[in-house]
Amino acid sequence: MIVEIEGLRKVYDGKQRVVAVDGIDLSVHEGALYGFLGPNGAGKTTTISICTTRALPTAGRVRIAGIDVVKSPSQARRCIGVVPQYNTLDRSCTIYENIHFHCLFFGFSRIDAKKRTEKLLEQFHLAERAEAYPSQLSGGLAQRVQIARAIAHHPKVLFLDEPSAGLDPQSRIAMWDAVRNLREEGITVVLTTHYMEEADELCDRVAIIDHGKILVEDTPSALKNSVGAQRIYELDLRSMHDIPQLLHKLERQQGIASVETTQRGLRIFAEGTEGLLSEVVHAANPYGLKDLTITEPSLETVFIRLTGRDLRE
Amino acid sequence: MTELATIDTEASAPSAASGSAKMQYLRAFAGLFLRDLYVLRREIFPFVIRVCMNPMLFLFVFTFIMPHMSGGAAMNPTSAAMGQNFSTVLLPGLMAVAIMFSGIAAVALPLAQEFGITREIDDRVMCPLPVAAVAIEKILFSAMQSIIAAAVVFPLAYYIPSTPVVAHVDNWAYLIAILILASVTSGALGLTIGTTVEPKQIGLIFGVVVMPITFLGCVYYPWTALGQIRWLQIGVLVNPIVYMSEGLRSALTPTLPHMHPALILGMLVFFLILLTWLGVRGFLRRVIG
Repeated sequence: MIVEIEGLRKVYDGKQRVVAVDGIDLSVHEGALYGFLGPNGAGKTTTISICTTRALPTAGRVRIAGIDVVKSPSQARRCIGVVPQYNTLDRSCTIYENIHFHCLFFGFSRIDAKKRTEKLLEQFHLAERAEAYPSQLSGGLAQRVQIARAIAHHPKVLFLDEPSAGLDPQSRIAMWDAVRNLREEGITVVLTTHYMEEADELCDRVAIIDHGKILVEDTPSALKNSVGAQRIYELDLRSMHDIPQLLHKLERQQGIASVETTQRGLRIFAEGTEGLLSEVVHAANPYGLKDLTITEPSLETVFIRLTGRDLRE
Repeated sequence: MTELATIDTEASAPSAASGSAKMQYLRAFAGLFLRDLYVLRREIFPFVIRVCMNPMLFLFVFTFIMPHMSGGAAMNPTSAAMGQNFSTVLLPGLMAVAIMFSGIAAVALPLAQEFGITREIDDRVMCPLPVAAVAIEKILFSAMQSIIAAAVVFPLAYYIPSTPVVAHVDNWAYLIAILILASVTSGALGLTIGTTVEPKQIGLIFGVVVMPITFLGCVYYPWTALGQIRWLQIGVLVNPIVYMSEGLRSALTPTLPHMHPALILGMLVFFLILLTWLGVRGFLRRVIG
């Protein structure tokens, strides 16, 4: 296991006591692309900050490639690459120098640093902008430079904190490609996100986090299967009156795994789809069916099932 | 790409194997220093202006313009009180100001930006080096700039004043010790200020810190001259700039009254330790959550 987290807790004592991380146990195996999925404020960034030696835990232990990040942070940093949420490129240095100096910090000789910088600029399609300053770059480009810089010293694990926050859809897809390529190079990637598509699309395994705790941890497909349904029907009803009656009726229907109430109506988890739609509509019509949405189970569904809340809330 | 990547991973092995943690720290430290040198080289013009402007104008006004005015000496109370050449009083004082100001400009101001909006210090904090060493590097790099700034005052003080400066070095080792101690102390002062003051309030430090410690730092008058105002003479002893200017005074212009050298060295060491401790502690608090 390349990343091992045991009983991690982080409490911020202040005017308001905040428990940011509340007992996280986790391990990531080498070469994995691992995702922390959760809403804002779930404790993802704090967990990453502790793993990357930028915050001290209140309790618990984190080891990266066997090195304790609290006991020997400077050794651990050799194994870690970090791309934080915000742009931390050195504004006084060009793109080339940003990567070049990073290599020097990690003990490369000047010649090796030059070679490595040139190769990375090539690999991330940044060669043309080598002499530009960070302030002249778009968000997507800056993100690419940050990733290139973060892996310049050949870290074993790359931590990406909300890598697609603030990126336009096109840059986001380019970033996903870049991350997939890293994995081919054998770098373990741990990322945090509150976009369920991102976790679903990119990650081998996903831990869903809320209020500083891991709610569930598995592969995206296993998580989606755990919902136990092929389709989800969201019913938007005019009146919430008599809903229990409808719920009861639908639950007995063949092909329906479960039904739950929502703020606007009902959510039906369907096992099969054969002829079910018309029966659902038929049953719901007398209750003032306004609208009906059909979705396949997603990680969002899993999150809603576990917390009763939306990821965006 | 996979092939290239495997070759690369092997290529990085020498640097990993290149030795002990000490070597790793040393190289990271050298890398940080080199980065700062690069940035300074690029901003050499603002640096020169920053370093020259204050002593140049000061010398020009007080030691060139005023003596040329009719009754200029009467307008210059310090020189009257001293019965000495004012340019001689100013030389060590202006060097002390140059040293102190470099510490503020090289550490405190950039830190305000790096801690503030951009957090660009993050990549340097992530060096394979104890975080305190990143702060120490800031202090040492600033000390280097301070020494340059102090050296610049020399030719200016030689050429600008209308009456020659009477400088005389008895003990070079003592002068170098004072210069280095003062420079490192001012770097530590810059670090302490840069890590204590909230980034958005950094503009205030000129009024709240820089001006008072300069004007009450025995820069424009020797400490003993304060003898008539006893409470102030005692009060200014908490100001590290006092020991910088008195130290340079005792090393460069020993004909003027000055504090005892042992006291100066002792107090500079005391402030160096105190400010380094405060600065590094503040730095750690800022970067480690």
